[in-house]
Amino acid sequence: MKVVAKRPESLKDNKFHYCPGCTHGIIHRLVAECLDELSLRESAIGICPVGCAVLAYDYFNCDMLEAAHGRAPAIATGIKRLLPDRTVFTYQGDGDLASIGMGEIIHASLRGEKITVIFVNNAIYGMTGGQMAPTTLLGQVTTTSPYGRKKEWEGYPAKMAELLAQSEGSAYICRTSVHNPANILKTKKAIMKALKIQQAGLGFTMVEILSTCPTNWGLGPLEALEWLEYNMIPYYPLGELKVKEVE
Amino acid sequence: MAKGRVYFHIDQCKACGLCVKFCPKGILGLDEIVLNTLGYHPISILRAEECSGCGICALMCPDLIIEVEKE
Amino acid sequence: MEKILMKGNEALAEGAIIAGCKAFFGYPITPSSEIAEYMARKFPKIDGVFVQAESELAAINMVYGGAATGHRVMTASSGPGISLKQEGISFIAEAELPCLIVNVSRGGPGLGGIQPAQSDYFQATRGGGHGDYRLIVLAPSGVQEMMDFAIEGFDLADRYRTPVMIMAEGTLGQMMEPIIVREPVIQFYDKPWATNGCQGREPNIVNTLHLSADYLEERNHHLQKKYDAIASREKRAESYLTEDADLVVVAFGLMARIAKKAVMEARKSGIKVGLIRPITLWPFPDAEISKAAQTTKRFLSVEISMGQMIEDIRLAVAGRVPVDFFGRIGITPNPEEVFRAIMQVAEREGI
Repeated sequence: MKVVAKRPESLKDNKFHYCPGCTHGIIHRLVAECLDELSLRESAIGICPVGCAVLAYDYFNCDMLEAAHGRAPAIATGIKRLLPDRTVFTYQGDGDLASIGMGEIIHASLRGEKITVIFVNNAIYGMTGGQMAPTTLLGQVTTTSPYGRKKEWEGYPAKMAELLAQSEGSAYICRTSVHNPANILKTKKAIMKALKIQQAGLGFTMVEILSTCPTNWGLGPLEALEWLEYNMIPYYPLGELKVKEVE
Repeated sequence: MAKGRVYFHIDQCKACGLCVKFCPKGILGLDEIVLNTLGYHPISILRAEECSGCGICALMCPDLIIEVEKE
Repeated sequence: MEKILMKGNEALAEGAIIAGCKAFFGYPITPSSEIAEYMARKFPKIDGVFVQAESELAAINMVYGGAATGHRVMTASSGPGISLKQEGISFIAEAELPCLIVNVSRGGPGLGGIQPAQSDYFQATRGGGHGDYRLIVLAPSGVQEMMDFAIEGFDLADRYRTPVMIMAEGTLGQMMEPIIVREPVIQFYDKPWATNGCQGREPNIVNTLHLSADYLEERNHHLQKKYDAIASREKRAESYLTEDADLVVVAFGLMARIAKKAVMEARKSGIKVGLIRPITLWPFPDAEISKAAQTTKRFLSVEISMGQMIEDIRLAVAGRVPVDFFGRIGITPNPEEVFRAIMQVAEREGI
């Protein structure tokens, strides 16, 4: 018998604290599998956000740091500049990356920092209890947009992949989703590509991954996958937005 | 004889049902009799002999509780 | 020893390089910018890292990341910029990452002005950001000390795994004096805790989140124990003519040099006056003050602020003798003004 699926070495043997059906766990596994397959575990340094993934340092089996809200790209910059041969990644949610950390992410991209950003977009603040995120969709009800997000009041949802694809410093920008097996496989490919482009030193890389938050969306895990497919993908189209090919 | 074999770490299962939904053979289900230590009815295989070992259940599982082997 | 003429900010920057500093992350602000400019010129030639960050927040977090790799790293700013950095400084203190933070200080509050001041004393000595933590704060009083304290600051930072701040009035950054350039530091500390890739060992974690109440308390006790050790070993002060003094002036930084001149003048007028210059602002040299309180009749705190260090002096004096204050802000008091302040107290109190 051949092993088809087992726990990757780049994940510690700790139980995830995530809610049932939350796709953070899938994304953790994909990142870990990519680190394994590229033999990067021992040279990888990861930075966790503030938000649901704040405890990711308990899960990834490589050197890890916990950042202040939104500052992961700045911390990653400090590390990568001093240790240019290591693989440096941040793992950030939408509130962390696109709201409080908007400055840090844009400038890390503009400087062409050779890091990989795993950006988990679930259109809501998870850990703090379902408040409006910069990526919350128009009309979406959250605890701080209880009548649905209105463009007149709260403005428009941030399209981070499109924004960062504009930056000359970005070498790889891709948006993927994890709502079904085919898209999970595409997400893994995108993470692999981002890490390889980082290794090749071509510039800033980011994979924006559409993810579910069944608890704060008020949906069951399966309904949440459908909600993502029918509501998020039309506004956040999937695909590669910027690719500097590795020669 | 089944082509594939699945192992569940049932005490870590949160019964989200993503594996059940995407199993191409439709041979997975939540065990409605047993409760695991987390308080959920965990995943179980209903017809083990039909498992093809495709690994899609493990691909969908957010909690890495599924290991799959294939002939 | 041959001396060379150097500007304070540049002496500090060169001192950091002598100490083995490998990276500078900063954001321009007057009157500290020459430190960044010096590093921007020097580091590319010696395989160092210079990044002009997009903000003070980013700069201090680059320091967090850089320090976590185990290398010696630093940042420099001034009042408003140091305020912005406080979030990161709190995280760095709890993560126990050694680094050097320089405040070439100016007057506040708000944007204030670009004139030298000491009104960031509270911010520097009380922690500044959220939570129970301290910084070791060194206050140089001349250009030589700008260099020497940079070297010593890195050593203290590594020895105690703690951020160290150098607080120097803007004047010190801008003025030039002849100094002896020190020998490069060649002995460094092992940093098995560094997050630099886990080859051949278990992964390291640099973290400040402690959700368990018991563990949070344990962490705070751990930090407090370290601060107690620092307080018991590292208090530094310079005393001048305090043995027979009826009035002891207390001043730090460049203000101490100015005050010393005034003290010498007052001595010529027959006033028994001395001077204590705290060199570490935290830990505050309270034993030095306390000792003088046994023999002197009064203290006079002279500061370029509305009176901040005076609170630490009063704590050390513990009500035994009165503590007076003389200070200005925006304008650094000159020796004559301090002399007049001394004479006024002396006459009023019959000293």
